[in-house]
Amino acid sequence: MLPWLTPMLEDLLVEAALETLVMVGGAAAIAVLFGLPLALLLHATAPGGLAPSAALNRPLGLVVNAVRSTPFIILMVAIVPFTRLVAGTSIGTGAAIVPLALAATAFIARLFENALREVDRGVVEAARAMGASRLQIVLKVLVPEALPGLLAAITVTLVSLVGYSAMAGAVGGGGLGDLGIRFGYQRFMPEVMATVVLILILFVQGLQSLGDWLVRRLRRR
Amino acid sequence: MMLDQPGPDLPVAAGRVPPAIRLTGLRRHFRGAPAPALDGISLEVAPGEVFGVIGRSGAGKSTLIRCVNLLERPDAGRVEVLGGDLTAEGEAGLRTARRGIGMVFQHFNLLASRTVAGNIAFPLEVAGVPRAEREARVAELLPLVGLAEKRDAWPAQLSGGQKQRVGIARALASAPSILLCDEATSALDPETTTEILGLLADLRSRLRLTVLLITHEMAVVKALCDRVAVLEAGRVIEQGPVFDVFTRPRAATTRRFVAEVIGHDVPPGTLAALPAPGPGEARRLLRVLFAGPHSTRAVVSEASRRFALDLNIVAGRIDAIGARPFGIMALAAYGVPEAVEAAILWMRGLGLTVDELAWEEG
Repeated sequence: MLPWLTPMLEDLLVEAALETLVMVGGAAAIAVLFGLPLALLLHATAPGGLAPSAALNRPLGLVVNAVRSTPFIILMVAIVPFTRLVAGTSIGTGAAIVPLALAATAFIARLFENALREVDRGVVEAARAMGASRLQIVLKVLVPEALPGLLAAITVTLVSLVGYSAMAGAVGGGGLGDLGIRFGYQRFMPEVMATVVLILILFVQGLQSLGDWLVRRLRRR
Repeated sequence: MMLDQPGPDLPVAAGRVPPAIRLTGLRRHFRGAPAPALDGISLEVAPGEVFGVIGRSGAGKSTLIRCVNLLERPDAGRVEVLGGDLTAEGEAGLRTARRGIGMVFQHFNLLASRTVAGNIAFPLEVAGVPRAEREARVAELLPLVGLAEKRDAWPAQLSGGQKQRVGIARALASAPSILLCDEATSALDPETTTEILGLLADLRSRLRLTVLLITHEMAVVKALCDRVAVLEAGRVIEQGPVFDVFTRPRAATTRRFVAEVIGHDVPPGTLAALPAPGPGEARRLLRVLFAGPHSTRAVVSEASRRFALDLNIVAGRIDAIGARPFGIMALAAYGVPEAVEAAILWMRGLGLTVDELAWEEG
């Protein structure tokens, strides 16, 4: 398929691309699953929110910021005991998903929170005036109204995860970034490095275009 | 400060029917604000009445209307709607009560993620009305607000006036008997404002709605309201039937509001151009309100002849509020002091209202 690579390298490349997909997809799915409730909680407990509570909002915000400000490579190593607890091992693609998901959850939670904050307060007030409960406001107003912003946040997170996943090689996570380092850099094979970079660029481009297209579709109405 | 003077046709005044909305001693002081937003407000709105609250921005009118459905909880005071004390309700009771109170907003506050039909159905959905019933109700409401064609349009595709029509249909979806309008026309151009006011007037009589509206435009009050309260610094400084407040404003703020619409202040520069009084002559500036049986009599020329006065008309306007015509005229009167005095008494005797305006150059 790629004449400048040996068949063995081609196989490695396909394998690595799949590993990247699994890591990015898995971590993103977990991040959305935990990040959205977290963001809703942050949004609701903020001053002027649906259920303002500084006692909940401050510590929650602190934890999210702490995770976000820890460099990923350090976070990955620092939470090895936790990773072992969750994944049973601290080595491999599956294990790499744990730190990736953790970092992405904190990341996406803030992005989601921003998207929720963009929802016009007047619309929320109108829903209250119509007798909507807080749960109804969250499910029928906040989330649907913020949907374009939420989708944009998912796109940004996916793109960031592609970058983070390159570091997963440090814990034997594999993936395209790992392949690039081991073959392209350490074995002096610039053609492997170039291919890896090219695939990553296509990957990110594809994600971004898909995300943008979805957001545009939603915003148009 | 000013006494409430409801007209004889208002059931509340006659004590026959309990008010639809009764606010008693509302107070609200926002943290960090130098003055309270509401400083002891009491109001009653009769069933079927359109009651306007007018005030400048910062007068407290937004806080006031948001207290009626307790979007804003007052620090003190009672809010009674249709006989029930909302201030005593818990969250669940409040949600139920709010479903009986429609609200229209200045910025429409439509859900961008829902179509016109979806927006109108929203309050019904929230109340747990089954889908078929919701759709039937939406089909009923769309032509009522003139949007039959726009059922599946998205809010982003609508003009301001159309958005407000959706807002009105949504407010009426759960068939409330009370409608709160929070500056409902303030974001619209004059032509659309007239259109929306017409729609509200039509709906009000067709659905026998009780309407409480807040506005900073006296034209809205003039077009739609039965009674009006003027709000300043969180207090009601004047209230009464719109006709009375328009024709006989008392507080300075009210006069300014009224002047915006019917402009019976003397135009600037007019007085400076008038001749000085002759020796032994008095010169007085009178404002005469013609309303009632003698509004068609040639009062000016008659007074001039009878009392040997020179009457100079410096401002005047004829208008109608709720099909009741009235005229207002500013007259510069020159003559023997006693004759001017006698003319004033004579005009008052005819049932005209004569006030003396200060002779301020400018």
